[in-house]
Amino acid sequence: MPDDIRVVIRSNLDIVTARQEGRALAARTGFSATDVTLIATAISELARNIVSYARQGEIVLRVVESANAKGVMIISRDSGPGIRSIDDAMRDGYSTSGGLGLGLPGVRRLVDEFIIESVLGQGTVVRVTKWLR
Amino acid sequence: MEVPILKQGHYLIATIQAALSDEDLLQLRRALLDRVIKFRSRGVVVDVTALDVMDSFATRTLRDITYMIRLRGADTVIVGIQPEVAFAMVQLGLTLEGVATALDLEEGLAHLEQRARSSS
Repeated sequence: MPDDIRVVIRSNLDIVTARQEGRALAARTGFSATDVTLIATAISELARNIVSYARQGEIVLRVVESANAKGVMIISRDSGPGIRSIDDAMRDGYSTSGGLGLGLPGVRRLVDEFIIESVLGQGTVVRVTKWLR
Repeated sequence: MEVPILKQGHYLIATIQAALSDEDLLQLRRALLDRVIKFRSRGVVVDVTALDVMDSFATRTLRDITYMIRLRGADTVIVGIQPEVAFAMVQLGLTLEGVATALDLEEGLAHLEQRARSSS
């Protein structure tokens, strides 16, 4: 997609860059201040997972349109170790890195659509979408 | 970006002025602890009005700061959490359990004064 915004995630500084890009894109797309913050927070958590579990990856930000709605899609992609059990990872309180263990279920509550694909030894892709209402 | 820390009597006031990286948050934790010890401070106010996102790391670090400072016998108040930020934190499932919060700097300082009075 030509208008995608890509942010390479290698360090904690890139997390800040990714959420600032996301905040700006969401505001340009017409989201309310509350939704802009929800989107920026979701980006922060997804980018944090890349740094914590996969060391590096990317966040792609994209404006999406359906027949009657407009939204922002955030794609988090890494070629890290992958997630052994997505069911476990989607449960509140589960963590394998000693963190708070509410990364992914929390992110799912911030957005409208949440799709995760992960292959052990190959990496993880999370696609989330927030629709403008 | 380093967070400026102001000493006002027995209290310290840290005012976050822009988005912070994880590194910056850890630096703030170190600096606050150092100063609480150096100045024998009784209380700390951390003003997060300028923070546009409080994700899991920021929340955990602020909670750690509060707990560490409490072990030194001093109180911490987090002030200025924006309404949108509070909404996102709750949706994400983040809480600041055991951490005092107040609307703004003035109310934060009033809270510290009250704590000082009630414990003396």
